[in-house]
Amino acid sequence: MTEAATEQSIAPVGDVPSASAGRSEWSAAWVELRRKPLFWVSAVLIVIFVAMAVAPQLFTHTDPRYANLADAFKKPSTHGPLFGMDRQGRSVYARTIYGARASLSVGLLATVATTILGMIMGLLAGFFGGWVDAILQRIGEIFFTIPLLLGGILFLYKFPTSVDAPLIVQVLKIVFVLALLGWPNIARLMRGAVLQVKPSDYVQAAKALGAKPGRIIFSHILPNALAPVIVVATINLGVYIAAEATLSFLGIGLQDPAISWGSDISDASGLGEITAAPHMLLFPSLFLSLTVLAFILLGDAVRDAFDPKLR
Amino acid sequence: MTDTAEEVSRIGSRWQPGPDGLLLDVRDLQVEFRTREGVAKAINGVDFDLYEGQTLAILGESGSGKSVTAQAIMGILDSPPGFVTGGTVEYCGTDLLKLPESRRRTVRGPEISMIFQDALSALNPVFPVGWQIAEMFRKHRGMNRSDAMREAVRLMERVQIPGAQQRAKAYPHQFSGGMRQRIMIAMAIALDPAILIADEPTTALDVTVQAQIMQLLADLQDERKMGLILITHDLGVVADVADRIAVMYAGRIVEQADVFDLYANPGHPYTKGLLESIPRVDLKGQELSAIGGLPPNLLAIPPGCPFHPRCRYAQDVCKDGAPPPLREVGRNRYAACHFAEDVLREGAHQ
Repeated sequence: MTEAATEQSIAPVGDVPSASAGRSEWSAAWVELRRKPLFWVSAVLIVIFVAMAVAPQLFTHTDPRYANLADAFKKPSTHGPLFGMDRQGRSVYARTIYGARASLSVGLLATVATTILGMIMGLLAGFFGGWVDAILQRIGEIFFTIPLLLGGILFLYKFPTSVDAPLIVQVLKIVFVLALLGWPNIARLMRGAVLQVKPSDYVQAAKALGAKPGRIIFSHILPNALAPVIVVATINLGVYIAAEATLSFLGIGLQDPAISWGSDISDASGLGEITAAPHMLLFPSLFLSLTVLAFILLGDAVRDAFDPKLR
Repeated sequence: MTDTAEEVSRIGSRWQPGPDGLLLDVRDLQVEFRTREGVAKAINGVDFDLYEGQTLAILGESGSGKSVTAQAIMGILDSPPGFVTGGTVEYCGTDLLKLPESRRRTVRGPEISMIFQDALSALNPVFPVGWQIAEMFRKHRGMNRSDAMREAVRLMERVQIPGAQQRAKAYPHQFSGGMRQRIMIAMAIALDPAILIADEPTTALDVTVQAQIMQLLADLQDERKMGLILITHDLGVVADVADRIAVMYAGRIVEQADVFDLYANPGHPYTKGLLESIPRVDLKGQELSAIGGLPPNLLAIPPGCPFHPRCRYAQDVCKDGAPPPLREVGRNRYAACHFAEDVLREGAHQ
């Protein structure tokens, strides 16, 4: 049979599904995501917070560092300072808006760094097993035994940040220490998931049909082992923002001209402040919680969208 | 339907079966599993060969080494703990066991391919089935997405999946067991392999579907002149499709014969026991004869003939020394039993 005849005989087959079905898993997941209200809620929240981080001027014209002691501890009101004033008479609203940049960068970068590092380590350990696994696990355990905060304090005391350092340097320093201490968590999770997926028949079958190790890892093991990592990574985002707050509270995280939710929450947590001006604590905490919630919801929605059984 | 490009690639490849159509020549294959409890000798010298268009059934109980044989041929044995410790697996004259892993991988899929017992777990749950079949064409043939998808749909139609175009977008869990096995078969034959190994392809299916799948395999084999190795514990499945049967026990082939000869008159007490343990309508009311005892622990295979503790023909000669070798006991038939002639004679009188 000639090439042309072959073409012709399959022509009716060719014209319908190839475009849509030929696309990857991503498009199927996207179709699924679009249908979920929770995805839209979380996406809108995240877009708002990211806009705050990128362009705080869009949300407020007040200088977050402008202090007027006469206004100190002013209560929130609809016809005055919306979120009230803090101890030094700075606008809590402006500070909360401006704080998004530092907090989101620390949270997101630390999450991305721990997840990537943890996933690579976990994949290698789980897939290759043997001595690779043993070595990676021991290294992980060394970092695992150092409490996040203690390690952070030690590191940042040893390598203190100067007040003049630009925000990005301060942020990256915190991200570095959080990632260094946080990756074993993700690595263990990933390793466990890989060990669970590795002996499954479809991995065997892929081998029997001639798949290379790279393809087995990326097409077969990774997509099936990803779900728990996505969930934990999004929850960790909040943990990292909180860790930054604590480090800043101790005076070794972000240095003062820098504004972050964490440092504002710490500022507002003094005994006197909580009774005198609870709004100082309320608004940055609320924004922090909403951010964490938005990312957890997004993580949940993404995980579900990638699981064909839930479609 | 012949694809010109396929023909060219087949002729251009260096894998040519022998002049008599010999595809696979397995000699004295030995596999052991090194576990904490000791060394389990899973395969102890298996010999067989496979020709173009031939169907060889490997029959045995679970633990007899039939799946391990398949894995050793494919080179997908989990190692450790599994190790091939001896023998040769010659495919078109080349010993696969001596090839480096990178070369060996190129044999899997385009030359020797395999389908598994449970197609649900053998298909990746997170990708649509059409995508999974198409991936074979994309990775091995370098086709673009839409061409590969078109081929995948065509293949799904060939394995008789109704509404293949729509179903290509569905996920494995959305198919019935029989349909899943068809998809697995489509993936396995996608690259037009010379040998297809089917490891209990119908065990997880109900009887009517079993027959359809076996028929499909037989048709595909006819169409493509594939050598088919059918691994099963089900005597009923093999009777219709197999040309030749190798019966395995404790990692050895104990009998090998053409299918008709073996069914008509088994030459090994174990085969005889297996055949007698099939329920028969004409013997309804009589007690079903089963083989007493259990298969041996592979960590401690009994000396002599490994089957002797369960064998009603066993004499002192069976109980120690080397296991009886597989020897010719009739025209083109082999059995590994000291008393094969007696077993055959007794069978002929019945």
